[in-house]
Amino acid sequence: MDFELILKVYPYFLEAAVVTVELSVLTIILGLICGALGTAARLSRFRVLRFLGAAYVSVFRGTPALIQLFLLYFGGPQIGIQLDAFEAGVIGLGLNIGAYMTETMRGAIIAIDHGQAEAARTLGLSKAQAFRKVTLPQALRLMIRPLGVNINAQIKGTALVAAISVVELTYTAQRYIGSTYKPFEMFFLAGILYIILITITGKGVAYLDRKVRLP
Amino acid sequence: MSDTSTTQKSETQKFVDIRHAQKSYGELEVLKDISLTVDRGEIVAIIGPSGSGKSTLLRAINDLDPLTGGEVWLDGVQINKDLPHRQYEKHINEMRQQVGMVFQHFNLFPHLSVRENVTMAPKLLKGISDAEANALAEQQLTHVGMLERIDYYPSQLSGGQKQRVAIARALAMNPKLMLFDEATSALDPELVEEVNLVMKRLAEEHMTMIIVTHEMDFAASVCDRVIFMDKGVVVEEGPPSVVFKNPTQERTKEFLRKHLSQYAESAK
Repeated sequence: MDFELILKVYPYFLEAAVVTVELSVLTIILGLICGALGTAARLSRFRVLRFLGAAYVSVFRGTPALIQLFLLYFGGPQIGIQLDAFEAGVIGLGLNIGAYMTETMRGAIIAIDHGQAEAARTLGLSKAQAFRKVTLPQALRLMIRPLGVNINAQIKGTALVAAISVVELTYTAQRYIGSTYKPFEMFFLAGILYIILITITGKGVAYLDRKVRLP
Repeated sequence: MSDTSTTQKSETQKFVDIRHAQKSYGELEVLKDISLTVDRGEIVAIIGPSGSGKSTLLRAINDLDPLTGGEVWLDGVQINKDLPHRQYEKHINEMRQQVGMVFQHFNLFPHLSVRENVTMAPKLLKGISDAEANALAEQQLTHVGMLERIDYYPSQLSGGQKQRVAIARALAMNPKLMLFDEATSALDPELVEEVNLVMKRLAEEHMTMIIVTHEMDFAASVCDRVIFMDKGVVVEEGPPSVVFKNPTQERTKEFLRKHLSQYAESAK
């Protein structure tokens, strides 16, 4: 392994890692918003919303994320959607992870014993109050770990946008291979940086989970 | 005990008035035209085999299981009024504040301390201050002998303690009526008595109570009236001394034979 080369190129990889972090943060925020909306739709008392929520989840979980990205980035202009690669990456991957997060959030909410909301309603709380004060605080605790799994997948999933030429970590590794002919070193370095990001995030999720855990 | 308490409250009739209650799940009719009244301060036990409809009837009173026919009245106000959705929600939330309910599985809120379990609804719905809420929690928890555990979480309590906190939580809303849905059925035998004692104390304070129970000896010693239900109808009702000792209906006799050993013990 050519360590000298790694030392020479790693500052550029760090810059690229910043883009990966930006992509991760933005797609995760968008994903959480889509997840919350998707969950609200799937648990709605209106049939149309339930259908739309279910359709969203099955479309985005039922097709490859790469196809979704290509459709948006390359196919978008054909139907009047002009996005640069970074924007397409954020929107495409955000919508994609949002579908998974929908199922995570919905799963946590329906896992809360119905007797909880029932007890709250018996005291005179409205449906919304019972949800806000009783069901949701318990469900939020329950969804931290599985959302952490979604987040882990998403950080690694940002590598897909290399396929639409966003200059992030994976794309940078590919580019440096072109000039150095050292694929092992380049992918190794990219891999190390991914592991660092994943480890930090994982620790953060575990900390949050511990912090709100009930006695 | 039952005889003296019925005479005291003859002037307030039909505090709880259930008229022609009917409930079906599709083809299955679980409540068949049940009419029933409970006086203010009266303590009524509903007994019967599982699947008899007794829990459904209890849960229909505060509309947790809405009836498909009939009316439920509390203190002159119809609970299951026919109103547009939004108005009905407002109405039922107000009515439920007046009806406390205790569940078989406690349903304490695990993310809240004992104190918060008791004060959450009064703070939210009655807008009382933190100081008032704390005083209320202390008062209600003293009542059920749980003051020492005020800052514990539900997971740190035994079943009997949980149920006593659940009773305090219901009482903190100052209800007119208390419903008990097999409040001691999920408890280990040695923990039943502490919950029964709390319920007995409430009875002595003339709280109006409707108690669905499998405990015949408790029903016999605490309740003014016993209602025996089977297959969605009231088969027999009367003071415990009559229903337990001289039941007229064959179905009541058969049911009691299975539970008699329990009752015989308490009757001595």
